Amino acid sequence: MAQQVAVEKAPTPKKKGGGIGKYKKWGYIFMIPFTVVFLVFQAWPLIQTFYYSVFEYFRSGLDYIGPNFVGLDNFASIFDFSKVNIFGLTYNTLVMWAIGFIPQIIISLLFAYWFTNVRLRLKCLGLFKTIIYMPNLIMASAFAMLIFSIFSDIGPVNDIIKIFNNGEPFRFLDYTYSTMGLVGLMNFMMWFGNTTILLMAAMMGINESVIEAAEIDGANSGQIFWKITLPLIRPILVYVLITSLIGGLQMYDVPQILTNGTGGPNFTTRTLIMYLSSNISGNPNYGLAGAISVVIFIICAALSLIVYYGFAADKTSREANKAAKAALKAEKRRGV
Amino acid sequence: MKKRILAALLASATLISIAGCESTATTSSTGGTESTADSTAESTADSTAESSTEESTGGDETPDPAKHIDKMTLAEGEGTHLNIYVWNDEWKDYFETYLKDKLPDGVTYDFTITPSDDGAYQTKLDTDLPKNTQNTSDPIDLFLFEADYCTKYVDADVTLDVKDLGITDEDMANMYKYTTDVVTSSDGKVKGLSWQATPGLFAYRTRIAEDVLGTSDPDEVQEALSDWTKFNDVAAKAQEKGYKMLSGYDDAYRVFSNNVSAPWVNENNEIIIDDQLMAWVDQTKDYTDKGYNNKTTLWADAWTADQGPGANVFGFFYSTWGINFTLAGNSLETKTDKGGKLEVGNGEYGEWKVCYGPQSYFWGGTWLAAANGTDNKQLVGQIMKDFCCNADFLKDFSKVTSDYVNNDSIMKEIAADPEYGSAFLGGQNHIALFVDVAPDISMDKCTKYDQICNEKFQSAFKEYFAGSVDKDTALNNFYTLVIEAYPELKKPA
Repeated sequence: MAQQVAVEKAPTPKKKGGGIGKYKKWGYIFMIPFTVVFLVFQAWPLIQTFYYSVFEYFRSGLDYIGPNFVGLDNFASIFDFSKVNIFGLTYNTLVMWAIGFIPQIIISLLFAYWFTNVRLRLKCLGLFKTIIYMPNLIMASAFAMLIFSIFSDIGPVNDIIKIFNNGEPFRFLDYTYSTMGLVGLMNFMMWFGNTTILLMAAMMGINESVIEAAEIDGANSGQIFWKITLPLIRPILVYVLITSLIGGLQMYDVPQILTNGTGGPNFTTRTLIMYLSSNISGNPNYGLAGAISVVIFIICAALSLIVYYGFAADKTSREANKAAKAALKAEKRRGV
Repeated sequence: MKKRILAALLASATLISIAGCESTATTSSTGGTESTADSTAESTADSTAESSTEESTGGDETPDPAKHIDKMTLAEGEGTHLNIYVWNDEWKDYFETYLKDKLPDGVTYDFTITPSDDGAYQTKLDTDLPKNTQNTSDPIDLFLFEADYCTKYVDADVTLDVKDLGITDEDMANMYKYTTDVVTSSDGKVKGLSWQATPGLFAYRTRIAEDVLGTSDPDEVQEALSDWTKFNDVAAKAQEKGYKMLSGYDDAYRVFSNNVSAPWVNENNEIIIDDQLMAWVDQTKDYTDKGYNNKTTLWADAWTADQGPGANVFGFFYSTWGINFTLAGNSLETKTDKGGKLEVGNGEYGEWKVCYGPQSYFWGGTWLAAANGTDNKQLVGQIMKDFCCNADFLKDFSKVTSDYVNNDSIMKEIAADPEYGSAFLGGQNHIALFVDVAPDISMDKCTKYDQICNEKFQSAFKEYFAGSVDKDTALNNFYTLVIEAYPELKKPA
């Protein structure tokens, strides 16, 4: 019976040869919603941002000033060394990102290695995974408020410090290193769970037999980690690095809430996006904010490219790619 | 089993995070706008109403402000919905206590609350008001504005002349002149009304005054604090006894900043730093280095805590609203939102007194204005008239809330009333002190840039006081911050 049905149904899709052509238009139709949303809400604002970056255009109270074409004046003001400039802000942003990212990647690697290591037979893995992921469930600004209260001059941490410091609190937000440290701590706590889970997925993808073979050959666990696990999870590591770097460059809510928008002391914890926001909230300055956005766009693109070409495609595959491209070119030339 | 534990954990985590979000929504000052639903059925019980009876003593009969307000009427063709913009719930509480029930039948209302920090409320007004005349479906009818930026809305086309709303010169006759001067446009139209005047005083703790000066009598304390040199001497004495003269960096700010000789910005759009402001900087740095303050920041939790029971701060510079609205609430052991009452015995309520302090000053002030484009001209006029000009209402309102109302003759009457006294100030008649300093107020140095300039000046110099930067850097940072907010402004050459 079953066989008969199968035989009967089988011929229908074969009726017209090369069925793909028939369905082709649906591909385009299904792409319309995304394309429209992208064009209206992403591409058009992006073009406008580039456009307004060369205009003087801002609001002062109830009046609008501009738009007047000013060439590259906005960019000149961003790169002006006598003021708060883009280099300092990029430096702040990257330092705070690194303070969070370096411990994050180390701890995540360690946890992921432990959690996926079948020989350790850890108990309650589900529980640990849930707990380390939990800080990420809290909204970043809520988390920053929490840390702000805990480390405030009258908060619980200072209640303890006062005991050892003659009743004087340690004012965390008065010093660059402690403010940056708090921002790094928050970013670390919020993201190490996420990274651990990503790295675990990568490590579980490694074929057990490779590790077994290494063991039989007499490799110790350190060697297995450095020589087998790490190289095999490199694509995921690079992915984590790139996404974290791009996220880090867009760091905003944590330092904004923690320092109450000042980016203090002396603008040393002000990030690129905080600078952007201080020019667009309140009285919006579309020209300068546009110029800042363009520069951030370029920095993001450049860093991503550096990371990608520096670490991602490993040398051999890049060389193979080059060879393939050269061969293709040669073939084309021959064809002509 | 394992799965069930996991599920429970996840559920609790989600709950925690939701709770976290909610708490930031109410505490975070950077939040956006929050619209409160109109409510004709909402209960009238709120903190102002509850607190009212305990707050004043004396007077011949129980004051009842609401009974002096007549039921309002709705003119032909007027809208049935009021849209009101405010930055906190102070006036909303007043509205719901005294005016809500007097609205014409069928009229509903909405309050749109946008916190004023970092100019957010101004931005909201700047965005919505110019479009208001085109908004025929649901225009803004009434909005409140503060002294720090009032001039911006006065000369612009976004507010209505109060005379168009049915308010006469006679209605404004008893008002303090500065409250109408500052909202008079260049072509002579009064664009807003205030129900309060905001002279400032120095409020001090009686127990600390007694310990440091040997007396808590307002006249004797005033004698000891009558100029800045004496004030500094008392600060030194207080420090020896383990007290702090002031709570933080910004406490004396308004005493200096509202006595400046020139506005923040001159006619060339240059930012002007007045000598009074630098005097504040030097004094505050000196106090900080000598340990005369607790290094707190205005409105911060630590600052509020310094006004609470058991704190070691001598006193606070506060104007009228600050004493009855802020300080009285902060002095309680059990705060009003936890069910506490404004009464003697709850924390240090009743253990404060006021004196003039070293220099007369003012701080703040709120005006009501009708938005151009309102579809309730006549009703908004009635509200403004009742709340700001109705002498009987204002008299009882002042007795109930201890607020200093904008009517010179009523205030003089209460000042002279030997029976009147504020329970919070241990029976002291604070109105009598305010009456003396209110005529000194002048707001002719106001500019539309004041709020941002004041906020940024305080935040930039906070870093200097804390020792993170030197004075020149702090000043440069201040220029940077203000020019970011107002790109048309310049550093003085």
